Amino acid sequence: MFSNRLFNLLVPLISVLLGFLAGAIIMLIFGYNPIAGYSALISGAFGNSYAIGETVRQITPLMLTGIGIAFAFRTGLFNIGAEGQVLVGWLASVWVGISFDLPAVLHIPLALLAAAVAGALWASVPGILKALRGVHEVVISIMMNYIALHTCNYIIRNYLSNNGDKSEVIAETASLRTTWLYEKMGYSQIHWGFIIAIVAVIAMWFILEKTTTGYELRSVGFNRHAANYAGMNVKKNIIKSMMISGVFAGLAGAMEGLGTFGHMHVHGSFTNLGFDGIAVALLGANTAMGSFFSAILFGSLKMGALRMPTVAGVPSELVEIVIASIIFFIASSYIIRWVLLRLKKEEN
Amino acid sequence: MGNYVVEMLDIRKEFPGIVANNNINLQVKKGEIHALLGENGAGKSTLMNVLFGLYQPEKGEIRIKGEPVKVTDPNVANRLGIGMVHQHFMLVENFTVAQNIMLGVEPTKKGVIDIDKVEREVAELSRKYGLSVDPKAKISDISVGMQQRAEILKTLYRGADVLILDEPTAVLTPQEITELMKILCSLINEGISIILITHKLKEIMDVCDRCTVIRKGEGIATVNVNETTADELAALMVGRKVEFKIEKTEAEPKEEVLTIKDLKVKDSRRALMVKGLNLSVRSGEIVGIAGIDGNGQSELIEALTGLRKVESGQILLNQQEITHLSTRKITEAGVGHIPQDRHKYGLVLDFPIAENMVLQTYYQKPFSKNKIMSFNKIYEYGKKLIQDYDVRTPSPRTKARALSGGNQQKAIIAREVDRSPDLLIAAQPTRGLDVGAIENIHKRLIRERDQGRAVLLLSFELDEIMNVSDRIVIMFDGKIVADVKPSETTEQELGLLMSGSQPEKEGDI
Repeated sequence: MFSNRLFNLLVPLISVLLGFLAGAIIMLIFGYNPIAGYSALISGAFGNSYAIGETVRQITPLMLTGIGIAFAFRTGLFNIGAEGQVLVGWLASVWVGISFDLPAVLHIPLALLAAAVAGALWASVPGILKALRGVHEVVISIMMNYIALHTCNYIIRNYLSNNGDKSEVIAETASLRTTWLYEKMGYSQIHWGFIIAIVAVIAMWFILEKTTTGYELRSVGFNRHAANYAGMNVKKNIIKSMMISGVFAGLAGAMEGLGTFGHMHVHGSFTNLGFDGIAVALLGANTAMGSFFSAILFGSLKMGALRMPTVAGVPSELVEIVIASIIFFIASSYIIRWVLLRLKKEEN
Repeated sequence: MGNYVVEMLDIRKEFPGIVANNNINLQVKKGEIHALLGENGAGKSTLMNVLFGLYQPEKGEIRIKGEPVKVTDPNVANRLGIGMVHQHFMLVENFTVAQNIMLGVEPTKKGVIDIDKVEREVAELSRKYGLSVDPKAKISDISVGMQQRAEILKTLYRGADVLILDEPTAVLTPQEITELMKILCSLINEGISIILITHKLKEIMDVCDRCTVIRKGEGIATVNVNETTADELAALMVGRKVEFKIEKTEAEPKEEVLTIKDLKVKDSRRALMVKGLNLSVRSGEIVGIAGIDGNGQSELIEALTGLRKVESGQILLNQQEITHLSTRKITEAGVGHIPQDRHKYGLVLDFPIAENMVLQTYYQKPFSKNKIMSFNKIYEYGKKLIQDYDVRTPSPRTKARALSGGNQQKAIIAREVDRSPDLLIAAQPTRGLDVGAIENIHKRLIRERDQGRAVLLLSFELDEIMNVSDRIVIMFDGKIVADVKPSETTEQELGLLMSGSQPEKEGDI
């Protein structure tokens, strides 16, 4: 009936359509107009240059946490600690942004580097404990999230501000925002970080698929025993994988610090960038390309959803249900795959 | 007619792209042991899964005791009196035998599980069929052979009178196999019918009444075992004549390649398993290690390949010390290793077959350059090995998982041998393979010997040890207790040595 190529394209398309259909039914049941709801969603995400700018801004850190978590998954590790790594990365980038006086060509890379190193070090703790003592990385990562949250808050209050709930603003030379882009994109908070995110996606793909490190990491992820038998250092690879994962998550924090906000504020709770990143990674089947697209989907839905209550009058609780059902259908695309295979078989 | 307990008529089962069973007929008489013989991937397991209700056939009829039935799931099969003992046991490790047996059919007394009743009944069944299983023993504490009997008891307890055994001897030691065969005979005396899935011809010749041969999804023949020979069965199964006795010339051993001096190794529970072992292997000879599983063989191999820490002693390769080196350093020094468990250790099943071919050498030129993988070179090399070693795969990009066991093993051997190691360690290289594949691998080992490699062969199959080795060392309780020539010994003598007794000369301690 259809070729493999068409098949692989058809599955996600049908999933997305079914997801939107389910969302529409839910809105209908509760007496809201799905057409109005969805047009608000779409215009909220892509309606004008401002909306697009905000959507890109939303997608940028999600893409980075997504590929970070996907990277760890490929080595058989669950980096639920991306949340904490985002926070320490954010803090490190803002600290460099405030404390140094350098030209932009040096200042921005240095701030990004600081974020990457902070994220990597933070992620190395569960990595090292897992490799050397066999402690499950999920337990340690969750603990590390809380430590990151409260330590960052403490440092902001006591060292980066005068008992305030917000750090000083970073130097102009460390900022990823430019007036030109700001004006071009309808005065939205968009910043140049999206380029860094795209480069990171390519880097993740390159490391995993093209380098000897990636080959080792994938071997360890698929079959630890075989990797060990083949003379690879499994422990070293576990630590390495967690640290690379932490680099991406730390950079996600830098996007917030150097781009969106230009400072770091005290957080009452988690940013959720790390947790949403888990969904991005899983939805993208833990590949670079997959995470790229699923981050775009997640970010767009998130931005667009903000407009649904105000424009279409759909209550925000219901919006969350609609968004959840769309994601649910995409995630369960294997059902669609199965149905298509059945059809294909009957055809023969 | 009419005396068949199980009849499978014109069974056809397809999977996407292949016909696993093409109009196969199987008729089992009451009270017989009926062998189902075929190479790996011939469709034996598929046929049995159809009978057990795990697969639905596209076509065909199943009759149980003359009645046409539809076996829609394993529960239906159980009700019809069909029990299956899988190759991988379905037992809860930290439950007792009785607890495992009653699982799902727990009898209760006033709402409380009546374990005493189960234990009584199990003990009685066990006596009746001569299984001697202790119902109160924990599964994790008993041997693999005992676990298998617990599985058999489980099906009997549920009232099965047709027993399907899926390659039951693959996991057993020679002694356990003998006992299992006795048990099977006592079962048929009590009126139970048995379907034995196997590719070991000796077992069929020993205990089976009739044998149905399947090749590539087709039913080839059903023969009376007492009217045929092992050679004939092998030819039916493989489709050509098979050599059992491998032709080989006298070994011409040269310089010493591997020297082990007073080696001591502990297992994961910190118990000393290799207790001061001495052994040497010379270039151009195959040394076979015979012994009952659990006498330190696995620990020895792991120590030799750097996978397990050496407590004390020395391992020399070409007179160079390799005792405490890492696995990678040992591999680089010239050791090839065909691991015991090819799925767990030998392959990354989700990697394409070509990428599995460079599992130890990926970081060297030409497979990578400046830490960047050269996949073109890897696939070129993979293609060459696939051709040279006759690995049957649709493409070098096919995942290792999709290959048959024999071809997976050929791929591992290709990889290990093509590095031209001075020492080749082959641990159970033919486990779970059919006669065609075994013949191929034995020939390969002898060819490597003739090229001047030292080969250390570990096997629990005495036939294999006798056939392939130039020298046999017997390992018992962590030491080499005897060193014999295959031409000057018998299986009986080896059996005695393996169990720790010294036939003529007394041991030196």
